[in-house]
Amino acid sequence: MSSGRSYHSVVLVKQVPDTHHITGEVMKKDGTMNRGALPAIFNPEDLNALEMALQVKDKYGGQVTVITMGPPKAAEVLRESLYRGADRVILLTDKKFAGADTLATSYALSCAIQKLGDYDLMFAGRQAIDGDTAQVGPQTAEKLGIPQITYAELILDLDGDEVVAQRAFEMGTEIVKCKLPCLLTVVGSANRPRPASARRRIEYKLAATPLEYKSLLKQWPEFETEAALEDYLTVRNLKIEVWTAADVEADEGKLGLAGSPTQVYKVNFVVLESTDNKEIQANREGIKALIEELVQEYIVG
Amino acid sequence: MTDQRNVWVFIEQEEGVIADVSLELLGKGRDLANRLGSELWAVLGGHRVEELAERVIHYGADRVLLADHPELELYRTLPYARVAIDLIRARQPYIFLVGASPIGRDFAPRVASAVRAGLTADCTDLQIGAYTSKKDNQTHQDLLLQIRPAFGGNLIATIVNPHMHPQMATVRSGVMRQPEPDSSRQGVVEKIEPAFEKGDFALQILSRETRQSTVNLKDAATIVSGGGGVTSPEEFQLLQDLAHVLGGEVGASRAAVDAGYISREHQVGQTGTTVRPRLYIAAGISGAVQHRAGMDESHKIIAINTDPNAPIFDIAHYKIVGDLKEVVPMIIEALREKAK
Repeated sequence: MSSGRSYHSVVLVKQVPDTHHITGEVMKKDGTMNRGALPAIFNPEDLNALEMALQVKDKYGGQVTVITMGPPKAAEVLRESLYRGADRVILLTDKKFAGADTLATSYALSCAIQKLGDYDLMFAGRQAIDGDTAQVGPQTAEKLGIPQITYAELILDLDGDEVVAQRAFEMGTEIVKCKLPCLLTVVGSANRPRPASARRRIEYKLAATPLEYKSLLKQWPEFETEAALEDYLTVRNLKIEVWTAADVEADEGKLGLAGSPTQVYKVNFVVLESTDNKEIQANREGIKALIEELVQEYIVG
Repeated sequence: MTDQRNVWVFIEQEEGVIADVSLELLGKGRDLANRLGSELWAVLGGHRVEELAERVIHYGADRVLLADHPELELYRTLPYARVAIDLIRARQPYIFLVGASPIGRDFAPRVASAVRAGLTADCTDLQIGAYTSKKDNQTHQDLLLQIRPAFGGNLIATIVNPHMHPQMATVRSGVMRQPEPDSSRQGVVEKIEPAFEKGDFALQILSRETRQSTVNLKDAATIVSGGGGVTSPEEFQLLQDLAHVLGGEVGASRAAVDAGYISREHQVGQTGTTVRPRLYIAAGISGAVQHRAGMDESHKIIAINTDPNAPIFDIAHYKIVGDLKEVVPMIIEALREKAK
């Protein structure tokens, strides 16, 4: 069935705080959060998305481009992508993106993908563990005017201008055929992401964005100047591209806080009671107080 | 139209069966519309689903926008989104609520992006209230306060969408209470002719397999489970009653399944379903590792056991040492009291 052509895949990834492993040190006693204590990780389902794209490349040939939007330190997930087999990685970063909700984020990402030009497949994890919204993928697809296959578990066939994929959700599975280019949001059960390759880890260890040159110079004083470091990295194809709002020709009114229809009105911290629990007396008063507490914390309606 | 501030609910149906979450949203939507002094409208898409429209009215809608078309027989993102996007542009609802089901979470972001509306996922509560925007220092009355857990459930955020309407939110199944249908309720059914474009059919469904399960532990916001400490069907019925009052699902440890009180599809644990509800009530469950592995990431755990040293208490947030025969009825009573 294969048409013998290769495919260009774009993968959207995100660096997220590891919310699944929040410990007592992260949530302070007064209920505020110590963000510094939260390790930043590659969003788990984005690794499944990258793996699916790499498998397309393994089978049909082509290219895998990884884009992340985030602060300068998000370059870490781009290096991780290079270690696993990505061909090209791009950091989309700008102070103007700060405070973006899913609508403003998807707008910025869609501008970056438009700048990228032709692609056949766009991949993203089903959702990110910091927000669990599952919105940015479909919203980016909408802005690009391409169809979407959410909860993708398996690519069954790629035939020139169509993809056949299996979707998986709690109540069943569905096999769909969709015109390219399209978005696939990938579920965690799709595959086992490959580990970083030892060879590529050595090869791309120095890969860096210009935003990281200053700190790199401290580690490698022999380069003396940023320009010398830049030359070294450019020749070896280790310079990670950085795109700003201006680079992707984004309309500033649609970016960041200004471009976000949703605003956070207030945040209430849920205080974790370390490991010890609260003993409730098995009588009417005890139970009544318990229910009142649960109602106040929005646990029961 | 714009000053009507109507509340809309997306009615999700498969094979002529309306999803529970849609009925629950009709209940919540009715409350919000009453609070705003406006109408509750429902958007119903499908093929040969006209008879469902009356049901939607019985559950609280004033008007049903009915798009009945062969291309809408099975849910597909683009044709369904087309119907909703065109309707929103023409009629400008104030609020649009969608179930946070696999279909709703596929549909809502697509629609929100097209109409440039704010969308908040997985709300656990919706209220009407005032908000003073930091952007322009203006106070906006009667906004939808969209309350949801964030950061892996470690905080509760209230989100508002003061400027770009509709205010959109998704809500998980089992979070809101399903209203009692009123068969005497009257409403308007308005037929809509969808204006599809060729690109809307970019995706074709080749086959689908649905598991006919009435149990949806994974999506449940609340689960009440029984274990080896349950010694009679009457006691297990108490847990069913509690789950019903909470709008939650019934779960079980392997001991209760093996004892025949409930079918295996209700089993929580390594060999059953892994769940992470907002509230997990473990009644008469000792807390073997295999059960704990399937529920220990629950946001809040209440454990009820006669043995003060039961391992379940190690992971419980609330420890109740007592007999479930006595404790469970007390919880039901307290909840009913609260609901009054």
